[in-house]
Amino acid sequence: MTIAQTIKSFTLWEFVKAHALTLKYFFKPKVTINYPYEKNPISPRFRGEHALRRYPNGEERCIACKLCEAVCPAQAITIESEPRDDGSRRTTRYDIDMTKCIYCGFCQEACPVDAVVEGPNFEYSTETREELLYDKAKLLANGDKWERAIAANLEADAPYR
Amino acid sequence: MPKVTVDGQEIEVPNGATVLQACELAGKEIPRFCYHERLSIAGNCRMCLVEVKPGPPKPQASCALPATDGQEIRTDTDMVKTAREGVMEFLLINHPLDCPICDQGGECDLQDQSMMYGRGATRYEENKRAVTEKYMGPLIKTIMTRCIHCTRCVRFSEEIAGVDEIGAIYRGEDMQITTYLEQAASHELSANVIDLCPVGALTSRPYAFEARPWELKKTWSIDVSDAVGANIRLDSRGREVMRALPRINDAVNEEWLSDKGRYQVDGLSRRRLDKVYIRKDGKLVPAEWNEAFAAIAAANPKGSIAAVAGDLVDCETMFAAKALLGALGSDHLEGRQTGLDYDCSNLAAVNFNSTFEGIENADAILIVGSQVRWEAALVNVRLRKAAKRGAKIFVVGPQWDTTYPATFLGEDAAVLHDLPQAITEAFSKAERPAVIVGGGGLAKGALHPALAFAEQFNLVREGWNGFNVLHMAASRMGGLMLGYAQKGGIGNIAKAKPNVLISLGADELDYGAFADSLKVYIGHHGDAGAHAADIILPGASYAEKDGTYVNTEGRVQFAEKAVFAPGDAREDWTILRAMADALDVSVGFDSFAELQSAMIAAVPALGEEGLADFGQLPNADASIRASGAISYPIADFYMTNVVARASATMQRCSSELLHHDDLKEAAE
Repeated sequence: MTIAQTIKSFTLWEFVKAHALTLKYFFKPKVTINYPYEKNPISPRFRGEHALRRYPNGEERCIACKLCEAVCPAQAITIESEPRDDGSRRTTRYDIDMTKCIYCGFCQEACPVDAVVEGPNFEYSTETREELLYDKAKLLANGDKWERAIAANLEADAPYR
Repeated sequence: MPKVTVDGQEIEVPNGATVLQACELAGKEIPRFCYHERLSIAGNCRMCLVEVKPGPPKPQASCALPATDGQEIRTDTDMVKTAREGVMEFLLINHPLDCPICDQGGECDLQDQSMMYGRGATRYEENKRAVTEKYMGPLIKTIMTRCIHCTRCVRFSEEIAGVDEIGAIYRGEDMQITTYLEQAASHELSANVIDLCPVGALTSRPYAFEARPWELKKTWSIDVSDAVGANIRLDSRGREVMRALPRINDAVNEEWLSDKGRYQVDGLSRRRLDKVYIRKDGKLVPAEWNEAFAAIAAANPKGSIAAVAGDLVDCETMFAAKALLGALGSDHLEGRQTGLDYDCSNLAAVNFNSTFEGIENADAILIVGSQVRWEAALVNVRLRKAAKRGAKIFVVGPQWDTTYPATFLGEDAAVLHDLPQAITEAFSKAERPAVIVGGGGLAKGALHPALAFAEQFNLVREGWNGFNVLHMAASRMGGLMLGYAQKGGIGNIAKAKPNVLISLGADELDYGAFADSLKVYIGHHGDAGAHAADIILPGASYAEKDGTYVNTEGRVQFAEKAVFAPGDAREDWTILRAMADALDVSVGFDSFAELQSAMIAAVPALGEEGLADFGQLPNADASIRASGAISYPIADFYMTNVVARASATMQRCSSELLHHDDLKEAAE
């Protein structure tokens, strides 16, 4: 054992050093946040929970072209369509199986009318599996709920598209 | 035979070929919209431009340019590509960008070709043209803004269907395709214009917005709506058949399909039998398979059982029933439900011997008791071709609207024994004379007089057989080959009073004659047969089982299973196999493959796809005389079988296109 080591040992140097480090971090700003009361900022391109959007006049955007269904690599989307009473092409069924979805975002890339989007919401964990099988009503409700955030994100990302 | 050079490759092309056909022969794909192999050449889309030397130093429309000796054709130069891109840009000026809501999306010629020749972005900033919708009936949906004026639909109606219904009004950019006075297109081949339309201007109304081509499973099948046996492709999704499209087979249907064959498929999911039913106290109540089989066994079928084949069944089902009856010691088999009783000892005498391809070349045709347009719409197309080539056509039977010039000889079938001079003149001069006997003629005993006619005018000669019988049921020729014909017809079976009557989807049968029999209906739709039955065993329709069909020209064809039958319904042969177990007899097969090989062992002709050979025509029996006024058995083209009767589309067609005036009168 060298002299230096002996001195360090008797002055409890490592103990003091560790406490100093602790004190240093005690006074530094915190990196954690108080989730769920605080949240980190997310990118406008964030791919979270899906939503079906509407036009400002309330008309649903989706025209049942089935491109999202075709492009979906996980085959999570199921669409059935028929003419609506006014003759326009609409879905009668638009299901997304959120347990299959891999959040690749191809569906929103494929959509010609910006109807299906992956919104900023990531807090939709459920107690049962069945609740993750989204139908058209749920997706449209998502769209109504998140429209302002989705529109803002799309606008923020528009220059890069 | 001119020799031309296509992109440096020298080939020989047939006389009269166009430059486009020469390029096709050389394996070069030429983009086109207006050109179609089976229609006349219009040359108005300008998409098929190629460079041709010698000639003017500009690209030329290859579809309208005859190939001549020594031509040097280039399809791969920059000039050709730029020119085609220019044409595509012009076409897209007025074509709306609505592919996402267009039913043609995914199978659109314009979409495909714009991937090759389209610019990425538009340079056109003016307003696009818009065209008002035109009404074309319950089958064709129009979005005329998408029309690119190729005029394929106009040429089809005029040339193939022979009904001048579709035409163009106005000129240039303002040209509009419309039906005459905007009435519904009402002939029985009208929906073929949907396939012909290279864009989404004419689409299928019943199929509107239903599915995309890429999500459909394609199955090769055979149309059973008539005895033509048109080759079709069934497109299905999940357990539902979404649509039927024609397959190309030059020998049978070319590439057309009758509206009934195309649109009856929605009947496959309506009015289906999906449970076993047994009649108790006069009412049909749901039951179990075992109960039904026990009830049949209790009726003592040994030696006293009969089978009647319906119009839509396949040969395998009929053979399975025949094997079951054979094991039970009975041979009461019949397929001619309506009581027809013609001589079937020689099948050559009840066959369409000229073949559909052959009848095009006939130069004198006598039709005895057949409304060909309704009984076999695709054969009528062939007759029209023959007429266009100069054939003289005579019809015995009530007047109907032929699509070609024809002479009607009155309704009385006895005219066959006292031929007018026009016929004798035409037929003695003709090189390829033909006679076609239809169901109406067979009912009046015209078969043997027609055979006598064939002998008189020498209808069978070197390389030509002009004797034809035109059946109406898809199962008829197969049934006759399997022995589903009794001397005395159905009346003979009724006289035998069998304990058990097995009805293989027989719905046109008069069940009143079998009041004392236990009537077992094996079928797929709740129609007349099911109403009269004592026991209903749910079977499979033509889309739900593999099967062999023989068309009226004796052509053996195989159809594949597209979807599964609904509910408890089973493939028919499995029902008959299970029934054999319940009745404690052996039929000698346990699988479909075994059934098929047993059938082929019994009737070898059913094992080979293609025309069956029935040998020589029999001699005519002069003692049989045709007499009485002929009437046509089909009263409503759209309602001839159980599938069509269950189809909402066919019902709409029937009420709108055929009974429109009656309905209007009823409303007043």
